[in-house]
Amino acid sequence: MLGQKSTVRLTLGYKLLMAATGLILVGFLLAHLCGNLLLFAGAEAINQYALKLREYPLLLWLARGVLLLSVCGHIYAGIKLSLLNKKARPQAYAKAKRVKAGFASQSMLLSGLIVLFFIVYHLAHFTFKWTHRAMFQFLDEHDVYSMVLLSFKSPWVTGFYVLSVILLMVHLYHGIRSIFQTLGLNHPKYNLAIKIFGQSLSVLLAFGFLTLPLSVFFKFLE
Amino acid sequence: MKLKLKVWRQKNAGDKGRFENYSIDEVSADMSFLEMLDLVNEQLLAQGKDAIAFDHDCREGICGACSLMINGIAHGPEAATTACQLHMRHFEDGSELCIEPWRAAAFPIVKDLVTDRSAFDRIIQAGGFISTNTGGAQDANNVLVSKTDSDKAMDAAACIGCGACVAACKNASAMLFVSAKVAHLALLPQGKLERSQRVLAMVGQMEREGFGGCTNTLECEAVCPKSISVTNIAMLNREFIKAALLTEES
Repeated sequence: MLGQKSTVRLTLGYKLLMAATGLILVGFLLAHLCGNLLLFAGAEAINQYALKLREYPLLLWLARGVLLLSVCGHIYAGIKLSLLNKKARPQAYAKAKRVKAGFASQSMLLSGLIVLFFIVYHLAHFTFKWTHRAMFQFLDEHDVYSMVLLSFKSPWVTGFYVLSVILLMVHLYHGIRSIFQTLGLNHPKYNLAIKIFGQSLSVLLAFGFLTLPLSVFFKFLE
Repeated sequence: MKLKLKVWRQKNAGDKGRFENYSIDEVSADMSFLEMLDLVNEQLLAQGKDAIAFDHDCREGICGACSLMINGIAHGPEAATTACQLHMRHFEDGSELCIEPWRAAAFPIVKDLVTDRSAFDRIIQAGGFISTNTGGAQDANNVLVSKTDSDKAMDAAACIGCGACVAACKNASAMLFVSAKVAHLALLPQGKLERSQRVLAMVGQMEREGFGGCTNTLECEAVCPKSISVTNIAMLNREFIKAALLTEES
């Protein structure tokens, strides 16, 4: 009776892909933040850091490859799950109330999409330097410090970064804790700790990323 | 007390369905929600109209037949309570109540508020059992079970399969139901033997039935009349990962 091979295991497989790629991306955010905070150590520190990264092209491209795959996997799983979930409830309720579910867990698709749009803009801004060509034209290619300082003088750029980081926080507020649950890492002794860890890590990450644009915009860094 | 009802009426699976409004007086605060619907139906029958179809059986909160979305909450506003055990004293006089069936592709509407929940039965048929030889009953204490495991298994076994978890989930996911059944059996020595094949078979059937994916919003746990915990979902995920990676049998 038992032991019939089943061929379709969709949602759970996509969920696992979502959790595994999410974990990699959170790891990247931590590393990225550590790098960014060097800005407070001065121009020399962060520019040297940027140069150092380029000295190990194999490692850099390996990391970029893993990141790109993770982002693609995360988006792919997100699209597939959203479509399957929509199909699972073709007719909505006339009246639906939430008893326990919070805002963050209800808006993962929206916060995720805005963060994705931000990532594209962020890459075009600092990595490919497409969006602010005029602003960066007199700068050395590796002068990260000046690029950051010039960029966040603009209220538009700063505003969009702040908004995106806040949405990233909302995404992670539910996401980090969700990784544990999906990977089956759950134990009555540690559940509260996991919840607090996930939520505070999301807030701390957001706080860390916000310090940069805001300290430039409010002229703490010049 | 007086109530205004907005009830989903649908002749059959093919019908588009619509809401109809009813007013009802003389509802006693001591009535259960289903008894209140009985009263409405008596009036409808007296007027020669079609009664509102709804599922019910034990009316004691243990069979899992009743399945009403009351004002947007599965089984209504009282926590850990089935619709049949929900009493009218929890509503204010003159309230407006919106009553809908469970809505999920895997639970097609049969009529009005009655849905076909045989998808759950097929998931159980796929693996929600243990294979055992029949014969003389063995001594009760032959197979030892620790108190902790027995408590956890009993908590999971409290699931009555009503489908409120699916109804409340924004993705119509059946993970809480499947996880309760998987955890219940995987925790006990009798069920441990087939745990890998079981989780693969039950998850496979769950997917084939067209339920959505779990996004860990915890809404299922909040409406579950038997307070089944989402800890079981984590256990299901763990069982599934282990089985998918390590099972040698196909």
